[in-house]
Amino acid sequence: MNQNNGMSLIVKTITRLLVGFILLYGIYIVLHGHISPGGGFAGGFIIALSYILLMLAFGKEEILRKVPQPMISFLESLGALMFLTIAVLGFFGGYFFSNWLPKGIPFKLLSAGTIPISNVALALLEVSLGLFGIFLVLVLLKFTPPKKEK
Amino acid sequence: MIEINLLLIFIIIAAIVAVEVKDLLSSVVAVGVAGFGLVISFLALKAPDLAITQLVVEILCLIILIRATIKIDLPFSTSGRWFVNTLACIAFLVIFLSYGYAAISSLPSFGNPLMKTSNFYLGETFKTIHATNVVSAINLNFRAYDTLGEATVLFAAAIGIMAIMRKKGKLTKAGKDDESE
Amino acid sequence: MSTYFLCLILFCVGLYAILRKRNIIKMIIGIVICEYAINLFLILFGYKMNGRSPLYSPDQQILDMVDPLPQAMAMTAIVISLATTALLVGIAIRIYEKYGTFDITKINKLKG
Repeated sequence: MNQNNGMSLIVKTITRLLVGFILLYGIYIVLHGHISPGGGFAGGFIIALSYILLMLAFGKEEILRKVPQPMISFLESLGALMFLTIAVLGFFGGYFFSNWLPKGIPFKLLSAGTIPISNVALALLEVSLGLFGIFLVLVLLKFTPPKKEK
Repeated sequence: MIEINLLLIFIIIAAIVAVEVKDLLSSVVAVGVAGFGLVISFLALKAPDLAITQLVVEILCLIILIRATIKIDLPFSTSGRWFVNTLACIAFLVIFLSYGYAAISSLPSFGNPLMKTSNFYLGETFKTIHATNVVSAINLNFRAYDTLGEATVLFAAAIGIMAIMRKKGKLTKAGKDDESE
Repeated sequence: MSTYFLCLILFCVGLYAILRKRNIIKMIIGIVICEYAINLFLILFGYKMNGRSPLYSPDQQILDMVDPLPQAMAMTAIVISLATTALLVGIAIRIYEKYGTFDITKINKLKG
């Protein structure tokens, strides 16, 4: 990686150590949304924050090359489409948004029917929304000198 | 009971500092203080899901606002009809507060919510859905239509952000940029 | 009762910033404070005295839970507030690029 971009070497090393754990914690929060506090809303933003940490530490060019903007758009569309598909597949159970999958045993990971899949779909939406917000301030903020036209 | 009032007073002081301080960066930091006070009061009010979500959203909001306000500082200008404007604004707020006081005196008292529908949700979540987080079950099973509408709003907001981020304007018939960048 | 009124005062602080301030960033901050007040009011409205958080536990029977419905509604509101804040900041930055100021009284060229 280019040593000149981003912050100092200490910040980069600590970020390299930490970012995997943050990503793992976000995935844990998303997958355990139906049995513990959290859910797709919080976990998606935690996953987005791990990418934002990388972006702040290593400079935006490195990360924009790895996660380009069309890929984020694809993730956003995939999340929305997945949530709508879950809703439409509820017609197997009789009506829109019915919980037709087998319910399982409480306090296990595979329980509660369609709720974990919906959590994953919402998490995709939140990840892409957070990344869009950061792209907004990072791409727009060149601060071209303002024009003085009277 | 008393700790929630103290937390609210803390949030109000942070909000007043955020509104009245002159430096924009200090103002954004004061908003962050108010947001983290809100996180602690969510925890005290027994809403851990909301505390996690508000914490993460607060950090993202702070990053966006700090990147927007860094290196920008505006002098405090008190030109124009400063006195008349402030007086009219405060008069409006006093009227608003008096009507609000009359409205909240007809609500049920603090600590005794009406739980007609919520009792149904609390019972059904464990019995038929087999989920144990009731907030998640309400969001994604009982009231999934609300979440679908919320996803639509998020999608529209993302499209709006993409439209703002776009560098070039629409092409006119002559093939030139319409936007005077 | 006094808790509700303090929450209303917090809303008024945000409303004062929206009405009175000239800086666009200060107005966005006012909108954010208003969102805080509204979310907090929803949660305060659903609080039950000496209640427990709405999570079931495998060990014990929990009977006195707080109202989970306002929490679910406020959760969507929080996420939407982030989206609107990002959109407002984007519009404010575009205005800064165009006019070179955040002061709304200086922006007088909204004629296309």
